[in-house]
Amino acid sequence: MTDTTHSFSRPFGISLRTVMPWLVATIVLLLLPFVFSANSTITVMNQMAITIIFALAYNMLLGQGGMLSFGHAVFMGIGGVFAVHVMSYVEVFGAPLPLPLLPIFGGIAGLIFACIIGSFSTRQAGTVFAMISLGVGELIAACSLIFVAFFGGETGVSADRTYGLPVFGVEFLRQSEVYYLIAGWLLLSVLLMYLYTRTPMGRMANAVRDNPERAEFLGYSARWVRFYSFIFSGFFAGIAGGLFALNYEIMTTENMSLVQSGKILLITFLGGMGFFVGPIIGAIVFTLLTTVLSRYTELGALYIGTIFVLTVMYCPRGLAGLLMMHEPAYRLGKLRLLLAPYLKLVIPGTVAVLGSAAVFEMLFHVRHATPGQHEMGLFGITFDSHSPFAWVIAIGGTLAAMVITRKLIPQINDAWHDANTVEGGAK
Amino acid sequence: MDLILVNLIDGLVTGLLLFMLSAGLTLIFSMMGVLNFAHASFYMLGAYFGYQISQYMGFWMALLFAPIIVGIFGAGVERYGLRRVHQHGHVAELIFTFGLALLIEEAVQFFWGKSQVPFMVPEALDFALFSISGNAIPAYKIFMIFIAIGIFAGLLYVLTKTRIGMIIQAALSFPRTVEALGHNVPLIFMCVFGVGTALAAVAGVIAGPVLGTFPGMAFVLGSIVFVTIVIGGLGSLWGALFASLLIGWMTTFAASYNVGLAEILTAIGISKPVDMANSPWRDFWQITLSQIGPILPYLLMVLTLIFRPHGLFRKGGL
Repeated sequence: MTDTTHSFSRPFGISLRTVMPWLVATIVLLLLPFVFSANSTITVMNQMAITIIFALAYNMLLGQGGMLSFGHAVFMGIGGVFAVHVMSYVEVFGAPLPLPLLPIFGGIAGLIFACIIGSFSTRQAGTVFAMISLGVGELIAACSLIFVAFFGGETGVSADRTYGLPVFGVEFLRQSEVYYLIAGWLLLSVLLMYLYTRTPMGRMANAVRDNPERAEFLGYSARWVRFYSFIFSGFFAGIAGGLFALNYEIMTTENMSLVQSGKILLITFLGGMGFFVGPIIGAIVFTLLTTVLSRYTELGALYIGTIFVLTVMYCPRGLAGLLMMHEPAYRLGKLRLLLAPYLKLVIPGTVAVLGSAAVFEMLFHVRHATPGQHEMGLFGITFDSHSPFAWVIAIGGTLAAMVITRKLIPQINDAWHDANTVEGGAK
Repeated sequence: MDLILVNLIDGLVTGLLLFMLSAGLTLIFSMMGVLNFAHASFYMLGAYFGYQISQYMGFWMALLFAPIIVGIFGAGVERYGLRRVHQHGHVAELIFTFGLALLIEEAVQFFWGKSQVPFMVPEALDFALFSISGNAIPAYKIFMIFIAIGIFAGLLYVLTKTRIGMIIQAALSFPRTVEALGHNVPLIFMCVFGVGTALAAVAGVIAGPVLGTFPGMAFVLGSIVFVTIVIGGLGSLWGALFASLLIGWMTTFAASYNVGLAEILTAIGISKPVDMANSPWRDFWQITLSQIGPILPYLLMVLTLIFRPHGLFRKGGL
């Protein structure tokens, strides 16, 4: 109760506390290329930043507006394709457009297109909206193969970002220059999207999500509220598309396919759609996970799918929800009570997860390696994937770790209870 | 004329195949109020299990056992997965089935690899039954038609004429009342889910040899099945039948008639641009009906949802 009165009594209060996270984020973004200076790392960071913007835009619909979309990649795709066309226009006609302003055009394309689609799709929320988004997504993805002049067909459209005007001598030839450009847009978009959630419009989007009928009784049109959420979301998805175009200099049909739309749903849900930071966490974790997994295994998609299904079943509030669960304990100042049980869990938990992965890898190797190839490497060890000894170790170790993990759960429960009650653990 | 007849048969096969999937999906929807994104994945599982069983025991045993295994698996998914997620609302359920679809596709790739497996039409049915002016009609297609019609008749009989069917129908509309009368409603739901997925698996076993058994087969058919039951009206069995046949015929006919948009454009008096290569409208002059055939169902669905959001065969909103 005190929390709400506090936030409403100073709606526009700018204090050190509210500005602090943004300052820290700015400094971190500025320093990151110095810490990780390898080109490949910067590529991953660029990808991460673009995904963050897209995921936040998507969460504007899913988390804040309660609209489940299966075709949101379309807006990013169209924004990106439009940005590519603008880029080639600049190249051919020498229009005086500095490159850093390019994503705006992507955003505008996304906005206009969202206005068209939203005019009929936002009439209803829930299943109808989800189905229309799926249908429109498939339609546009199919059209992108038919209308070659705009979408470029199967090869996609591409342009060269370096032919534009240099901005204060920067030509965006190097990855790190592009990184700073993307990071700047990231900060700006995240700030704008955050401020949007604080506006009356953002609040009404939440109200319509929770109870559209009541919102209508208060005099707001649920449909228009959904429409505005939809077009703003389309705008930011378009900006993400513009940045994507700028970073990769190519847009293909793949960028607007259902697979892409599903991925962003996965990211947003994994991070936690109920929190503003959720999609940010989701995008960072997902990008890191896919990068790492693709380097070491062929089964990355299987692991990610498993993680996703487990998240939906056991932790529907996502990673952010998992973090936020600790807030009461933090307020009581008892977070340290949880530290020891968590540390105890780390080793058996890690062994259980890695062990199950090892069993899958061995199974995969036995089934799909070239015939006669019995030698496989895993975690830096080379062994015979057909020897029973290796299987006994893998399965036995995994099961033992699982049993130990299970044994530790009551301890965690006790510690959890102690940490979340005022008098708990006082002895 | 002959071509029309051949297309009619082909469209009927496609439509009935779609119907076998959409019948289960629409039943599951009317029961749980959620669209099962993974339904086509059960169809794919059916095809793969069918392939695996037919390796050892022949096609007919596969047709019998694969649906049973998939049905049990589906019931397990309902019992331990969906029922758990149900408390978090419809969006969570939809997302769960979406994740399940992803996971099943990955699992299939894991076990059977990324390429197509050689699932063949059984020898007993591998001949041309009759031919229409040179176009041979394989016996297998006629077999598919009869299986599908048999399933529809059986389903209709069970749902409308037997005691179990009455209880299911009652449980779909008034679960609380049926529960108060002493029936185990969660069990009924689990069984309906199992039977729905088993039906999808039957479709998978009989479609696998014709359409190909590969990891993308669920993806190819999945969204079309969705479209079908949305057009037909969610929860309506007759609507599902109508929409399946409509889509089956529509896509088949569109694929075989090569009408170009250029002819229509010329007919309504728009002249062809002189400089074709640089005209931004050049793509419009090259569109053919067979090209837009695959997207017609989606177009139809979007139009249906805009103008008749409850589908063609259902009264009231979604």
